Amino acid sequence: MTVSDIAVSLGLKIYGGENGLSREISGGYTSDLLSDVMGHAGAGKVWITLQTHKNIMAIASLKELAAIILVKEYLPEKDMLDQSNIEDIPVLGTSDEAFEISGKLFNLLNRR
Amino acid sequence: MSTGKMHFEYQVEGGNFSAAGFPSSQVKKTLKQLNVDGNVIRRTVVALYEAEVNIVAHAYNGIISVDIDTEKITILLKDEGPGIADIKKAMEIGYSTATPEVREMGFGAGMGLSNMKTNADHLNITSEVGKGTIVEIINYFHQ
Ligand SMILES: Nc1ncnc2c1ncn2[C@@H]1O[C@H](COP(=O)(O)OP(=O)(O)OP(=O)(O)O)[C@@H](O)[C@H]1O
Ligand SMILES: [Mg+2]
Repeated sequence: MTVSDIAVSLGLKIYGGENGLSREISGGYTSDLLSDVMGHAGAGKVWITLQTHKNIMAIASLKELAAIILVKEYLPEKDMLDQSNIEDIPVLGTSDEAFEISGKLFNLLNRR
Repeated sequence: MSTGKMHFEYQVEGGNFSAAGFPSSQVKKTLKQLNVDGNVIRRTVVALYEAEVNIVAHAYNGIISVDIDTEKITILLKDEGPGIADIKKAMEIGYSTATPEVREMGFGAGMGLSNMKTNADHLNITSEVGKGTIVEIINYFHQ
């Protein structure tokens, strides 16, 4: 499943990084603590968070994450968005809380 | 892999979070070009990023020097800052002196040093209170 597939299935907004929509997804990781993600999120994961600054993209790039989903209609700061376009890592958005969107993504990825 | 030795240096400015991550992404690119094992690259950038952000979050300024030879990468991070009084305690997961502003950004979980330990083959930290901290990270290309 690609980033584009989950964006369509879950009705996510796409704020930036469109060139990365074809990235393959290996799972998800939900956390607002940057070192937690740095230490534990694997490559290809979708990072669900309410953090909206540029360092999120630095971590996403270093960890080779597939995409970011911002919860509760949080909007990316401009330099986060710019970096998303430079790195081709999509920043997506939802009105859902982290619990809800994590559950939906989990079900989508584990559906058979 | 090329046989030459490489050396890079980067300045780090305390408090400047928007520049954080540049040295790690440069090192990542270089190691990729050298065809270093992906797992070694991933470990190295995690350790380096955490050490760099610690200078940004906790110190005033610092210098990162990176040396790459055929068998390993050696990273030295020297900062001018408050230093660490009790390194053993600082290594504990959850221990953090990060300010409220830094915590609001999602830093300050007290997990960075632990990530560094997990992702470095060799980690050496020395510190002098009121002066600064020196962190040495070495990762070997062939495990
Ligand atoms: N370069 C440094 N200069 C001064 N103090 C430091 C330095 N590096 C670490 N410390 C001290 O050690 C503590 C623990 O560091 P660690 O990286 O584990 O957590 P953190 O930086 O507080 O949070 P996190 O890394 O999870 O965002 C810091 O809060 C700080 O008190
Ligand atoms: Mg830290």
